[in-house]
Amino acid sequence: MRLNLALVQIATKLGDVEANLEKHLGFIKQAKAEGADLIVFPELSLTGYLLQDFAPAVAHRPVEDDPVFRPLLKASRDLDVVVGFVDEDARHRFYIASAYLSGGKVIHVHHKLYLPTYALFDEGRFFTRGDAVRAFDTRFGRLGMLICEDFWHVSPPYLLWLDGADVLLLASASPGRGLNEHDRLESARWVEGVNQAYANLFTSFVAHSNRVGYEDGLNFWGGATAFDPGGELIAHGPYFEEAMVSAVVDLGRLRRVRARLPLLRDERTSLVQTELARIFSK
Amino acid sequence: MNVDLSIHTDLARKILIGFTRSEITRAGFSRALVGLSGGLDSAVSCALAAEALGPENVLAVRLPYRTSSPDSLEDAQAVAEKLRVPLETFDITDMVEPLLKRDPNMQNVRRGNILARARMIVLYDQSEVWKGLVVGTSNKTEILLGYTTLWGDMAAAINPLGDLYKTQLRQLAAAMDLPPEVLSKSPSADLWMGQTDEAEMGLRYEEVDRLLYLLIDQRFTPEECVEAGFGRAYVDSVMKRVRRNHFKRLMPPIAKLSNRTVGYDFLYPRDWGT
Repeated sequence: MRLNLALVQIATKLGDVEANLEKHLGFIKQAKAEGADLIVFPELSLTGYLLQDFAPAVAHRPVEDDPVFRPLLKASRDLDVVVGFVDEDARHRFYIASAYLSGGKVIHVHHKLYLPTYALFDEGRFFTRGDAVRAFDTRFGRLGMLICEDFWHVSPPYLLWLDGADVLLLASASPGRGLNEHDRLESARWVEGVNQAYANLFTSFVAHSNRVGYEDGLNFWGGATAFDPGGELIAHGPYFEEAMVSAVVDLGRLRRVRARLPLLRDERTSLVQTELARIFSK
Repeated sequence: MNVDLSIHTDLARKILIGFTRSEITRAGFSRALVGLSGGLDSAVSCALAAEALGPENVLAVRLPYRTSSPDSLEDAQAVAEKLRVPLETFDITDMVEPLLKRDPNMQNVRRGNILARARMIVLYDQSEVWKGLVVGTSNKTEILLGYTTLWGDMAAAINPLGDLYKTQLRQLAAAMDLPPEVLSKSPSADLWMGQTDEAEMGLRYEEVDRLLYLLIDQRFTPEECVEAGFGRAYVDSVMKRVRRNHFKRLMPPIAKLSNRTVGYDFLYPRDWGT
């Protein structure tokens, strides 16, 4: 089975959800015309990143009668869609979120688990952190979603792997930083390195969609990637430019790689459980 | 200790051009202006703006005073010609002389500050005439050491150079198509005759940039910088300079009284809604 994946790296209008929604619908239309099965937008793709005090003003609920999700859900009848947004729960807590939409329905919503609040980041000041990491079933098998800082920690991808995810969909709004003599920023080098490592360690597909554009002095570097379960790079988007990057995910590769390299079979989860229990009982 | 401040100049250029274009156009403008001194920093700012917006949309402004070096004027003209940007010249002598004459004993620092602030007034006035935004020229070394005039040469709508040390800016300048005389000259604020940055500060950019890179970018403690080979007195004097000039890098603090105060808990990015 083949999954035609479209990874979108867009610049967003900061806080203008309507304008960003139009852009989403345009890319979804284009992806459909090009035969994509699943289109993945980056972190906070409907709102922009540096929201600060106006995060509550751009929050939406991923439900059918929401004016932003209604057209997105309608579009998801043609192909599956992952969008980034600010989710507000019934008790008015605000989350950085990604929603997986398919067949006109919301299949899964992930709330960002790790809110970086150090260096240039201040997410913990404005957002609530998610408290669940779950894989979910789709028409392409079981997938998992994470948002940016979530995969700077090793445990969320590890948990998704154990929960059955064979394709990790990662979304970022990663500010570029660390200029040195190399032709890539340090932040790009780090993210690409760990994504490839996850593909290798978990013998899984790892696809990453990262936004482009600028907000105040911050740049976002794009460079969407997809790695296959053997750690091979199968797609790489341009840096700093808006693009839709297609990756053909040959799901049969999972079987072939895991037959050769049974890391999943041999993973000793009960050992992990025992040792974690011991470590935390101290 | 080998401290390497090398940068990939194509990458820096790409980011800074994108930044300049984005921040000017989303503020609702299509044009920019740069005070062109004939030195390296303003030449790089002007070149980046020209690449970002098109040379016809960038106004280079020369702002000489009667003691300004004629070489500076010529070099600024060479930059404007090379970049094919329109050039205007406003001599600030008549504007500042009445103020300078009020105190015949005025020392160089005061005179320099007055010239820098007079230039800011002209640039911001021309900003209104040209319908463009002022692009700044302060580099990271100057900003950290406070070798700038508050509300003078620091005044700008955006600053593409402020995260590059002087020695990194030289690398970027060398990769751009700028007149060779601009690349090779000694950095100078040209506020009085014969002035050079390095003589006035008593520092060499090559050396102080390496130290600042360790202290700021690499988060070395002063003790670790001494272990890395810098003199204790030198490290202390640079640290003191950085600390003493911190006020120049911040907006003036507002005394908090209400529940919501600009700067503390009224937090919006500049690009809010664009």
